[in-house]
Formats: sequence, structure tokens, C-alpha cells
Amino acid sequence: MTALIVERCGPSTTVQDNGRFGWQRFGLGPAGAMDRLALAEANLLVGNGAGDAAIELALVGAQMRVVGGSVRIARAGARCSLKIDGHAIAPLLSTVAHDGQAIEIDTAQGGIFIYLAVAGLTLEPQLGSVATHVRSNIGGIDGRPLRAGDRLAAANASSNDDWSADARLALDYAPGPIRVMLGPQDDYFSAEGLATFLGSAYTITPQSDRMGMRLTGPKIAHNAKGYNIVSDGIATGSIQVPGMGEPLVLLADRQTTGGYPKIATVITADLGRLAQMPPGSQISFAVVARADAVAAMRAQQVRLATFASSVGPVAASDLSSERLLGLNLIEGGSIEA
Amino acid sequence: MQPDIRFLDAGDGAIVIEFGSGIDPAINARVLALDATLNQAKILGVVETVPTYRSLMVQVDPLVFDAPAFEGQIRDLLAGMDVTAVHGRRWRVPVVYGGAFGIDLHDVAERHKMTPTQIIDRHAGSVYRVYMIGFMPGYTYLGGLDPAIATPRRLDPRPKTPAGTISIGGIQALVAGCEMPSGWHLLGRTPVRTFLADRDPAVLFAPGDEIVFEPVDASRWDALDARAAARESVAEVIAP
Repeated sequence: MTALIVERCGPSTTVQDNGRFGWQRFGLGPAGAMDRLALAEANLLVGNGAGDAAIELALVGAQMRVVGGSVRIARAGARCSLKIDGHAIAPLLSTVAHDGQAIEIDTAQGGIFIYLAVAGLTLEPQLGSVATHVRSNIGGIDGRPLRAGDRLAAANASSNDDWSADARLALDYAPGPIRVMLGPQDDYFSAEGLATFLGSAYTITPQSDRMGMRLTGPKIAHNAKGYNIVSDGIATGSIQVPGMGEPLVLLADRQTTGGYPKIATVITADLGRLAQMPPGSQISFAVVARADAVAAMRAQQVRLATFASSVGPVAASDLSSERLLGLNLIEGGSIEA
Repeated sequence: MQPDIRFLDAGDGAIVIEFGSGIDPAINARVLALDATLNQAKILGVVETVPTYRSLMVQVDPLVFDAPAFEGQIRDLLAGMDVTAVHGRRWRVPVVYGGAFGIDLHDVAERHKMTPTQIIDRHAGSVYRVYMIGFMPGYTYLGGLDPAIATPRRLDPRPKTPAGTISIGGIQALVAGCEMPSGWHLLGRTPVRTFLADRDPAVLFAPGDEIVFEPVDASRWDALDARAAARESVAEVIAP
């Protein structure tokens, strides 16, 4: 059986996919990759489905060894060095590691989450998904982060050639404010509180993890309704403001319900970009309408689909670039993240 | 006449349909009725629904969901909806109160100028309604706490409280499903596993169920907990 053996990894290395749905009514949140576009990019490079299982590394690198065959791998997300037996592999390259070879990933640069995709990575789903939710002890391997000695089954590589994709279509997060839609409880804040939230810069604190990102900055004032609500549902990206007035953005491993008012919610298109920002980063927020949020997500999906169709053996990738350039013109150059 | 409802945006991926702002069995019954109706209606783009005390969060796939049409679809469903209160099962749940099992029992008693036994009598003397399962797996949120022992949440949440913790926060009562931080007051602990991923059903209690707590002596904990660990049910259905 072809497999990867984990030889060392950071404490927050987990198996993730696009998330687990249908269980929030029982208190189990979706989990899944913090940066789904990067997950998709890594998976597409090795021929997996965009939302399939991959290994998510948070900041710290890892080393794994191939046993029992050959595996096709690629990485995406935060910049990092990837080596097979000491030989550096370029970004956007999908390559095959052979029996006995060591796969080594270094510390993430300029981002947090690295996705190592492995063609045909196979784990037993739990409650419909392999996404690891450590706090609930669900998914991945025994519901916990990966550790040395873990064995991950993969497909034996069917070819040995390197694959690549059109670099112009690769994920490249633009700077700019994090886009939000107001609500669901923006009516719990004073006009001044809303103005503070939208007009200030907030700094990401180190008290941030897969569950949420704690921000520090000017305090956001509630109105006379106070800062307690009877608990209601929480969406990924919702920004909770407890009594002390500093916002907390709830992310993939969030709780399903909560009793603090949520002033706004980060749009789906900006969740990965936000998740990749390291502690100390300054962010600001800008309000958009639902139609703009959906258009931004749609543009990302179009770009991802085009990226997927550009994946192929390295020798042929120039040809596919020509074809894609034509496609870009037809789209009026409107494909952007 | 339908009491007014509100549609609240929770980003492009969710809409919250709010029926009210308080803890009220009639409001919760409407939430649960819409939850059932909506899931039968199979509206395009709806991924899952999350019923809570007083609102229903509808998680959607933004790329296929028809947001402008949604409010009308929901109002149509509400117009034809039969809100018969969900009548769940009544469960008896064993609880060891006080000591290491409920480290805040004495403190809560002092705050209310009662004895620990009086707090236990009042906590175990109510019939609770399950309003929602939320927060983390199997966390069972209850209404029906005796207002005489309602206690505002602690200012300094504890970083770790065990699975099975029986606690109160304000006017709410709770059965905890797994180990988590908590700012609620810990009165006791039950060996009942409210959530087991490999059990069918994984979650024991459902919104609309009723719960009564049965005080049991600490000497019975080990035996009850061993039975629960062996997948035996230690919560008993005492009425359908």
C-alpha cells in the first residue's frame, strides 16, 4: 500500500477538506481548510477534486516519507520551500516522490497555512467528511492533529512526469480592506460604534487559531440594547463583539452558536486571504452588498476552473497558456481574485 | 396573522430568520416547525439549517442560492405551516451534584443565601425544555430554570470544564457535550454522553425534548460512568 509516513510536523498539522456540512444543528461546526482556494489549488495540481482531503500545515513545516510506491504531491497557500530528498520543487509544480524518499516542507513565509496535496489521499470519513475538528475530536486521524508515526494512504502515482499550471491564474491575494456584509446584529451597535468598526485599523493578535481571530484596536460601542443576545447561529466569518468592544472573527473551527452580537460577516471570497494574515498584520473592513460578495466569489471560481484546465505536463503548459490567454480576452480580462 | 419575522444577513453564506428575541416555547416551536418545513421544501442552494432558541440560520451556497426570491419563499412556507408544538420525549438524567463534580455549588448557594441542598432541590425540581443543541457537539441548552437560582455568568471563564458538566448561566441551564472553557456555574456532572460520533443517533437529545435531573450519590458515579463508557444508556426515557 502506497502511503506517506509523518516523520515530524508542527502541532497544528491537520487533515482538512472543504468541510463537514449537516451537523451544525448538533453543535458540530464545519471545520475544513482555513484557505479553501489554496486547498483547491494544491488539489487541482495533483489531479484531485478541488475540495478533497489534503494536509494543512500551520506555519511550521514537516517531513514525511514515501513508502510502498510513488505519490504525486504539490503544495499551495503560504510560500514555503518544498524538497524531495533535498531537491527543491518549484511552486505550482506537481511532482512524484518515490518509495523511500523524504518530503520536506519548511516554515511558511508571508502567510500561515500551507496545503500539501497528495493524489488520492484516502482517510475514512467521519460524519461525512475527513476534516479534522480537534476540539470535538472528529475527523482526520482519531480527531487529532497529525504527529510523527502517522500513516496516510495515497494512490500510487500513474505517471512520473511533472505537471504545472498557468502561473498567471495562480492564487494571488490582493491587498485592501477585508470585505464584509453588515449583520446579523449590526442593530446592537451605536452609529459611533459602526463608524469605529469601519473607520479603524485593527491588529491581528497572537490569540488567533483555527477557531477565531482576535483583533485589537479601537473599542466598538454597543447601543442601549447591550452586548448579550439569546444565543443564535454563527456563520463562518461572523465578527463577534463582546462587552469589552474588541472584535473576534469566527473561522473554520468556530462554535455553531453564540450569545454576543455579531456586527458584520466577512464575505466568502475574503476568508482565505484573512486566514493567511499573520499576527501583527493590520486590517480594515469595508462593507459590500450581497451581490458584490457573490460576484467576487464567482470570479474566484471562474479563475479556479480556468486554472484547473491549465494543469498538465510541464512541456505542454506553454500551449495551454496560449489557449488560456485567448480565454482571458473573451472574458474581457475580468477574471480576478 | 403571523407575528413579524426578520431576515438578517450573516454574510453571503447564511441568512438568519429571526422570530423573536427572548426564550419562549412558542417562538422556539415556530423555529422548529420552519426548520422541518424548510428541509422538506428543498429550496435550491440551501446547504443546512441551524435551529436555535429564537431563530433559524440557513446556510446557503452563494453561487446557486436565489437571495431575492428567498424571503417570499419563506413567507409562503410560513403561511402554510402548521405550528404544532414539537412534543419530544421526557428524559431522566442522573446528576452527581457538588464536590469535585460541581465546584460552584457552594458559591451559588452563598450568593442566593440558600444551602447547597436547597440549590440541588430547586435545580432538580424543574422540568426543563431542550431549546437547542449548539456551541459544540451535544451541548444541550435548556429553559425552565427556577428563577430563584438564576445566576449571572462568571466574570472569569474557566479554561477547562469536563464533558457532562451540568451548569447554569443567567436563566439558562446546560448539559455540556465535551470538554470546553466555560463561564457558567458548575453545579454537577452527569455520566450521560450527549454526543458520540459513532453512535446512532450521535446526539441524544433533540429540541422539544424535556429533561428532569435525578440527584445521585457520588458513590454511584464510577458504576454509572463505566456503563456509559460501555455505550449503555444511563439517561432514561420516562415519557414518550
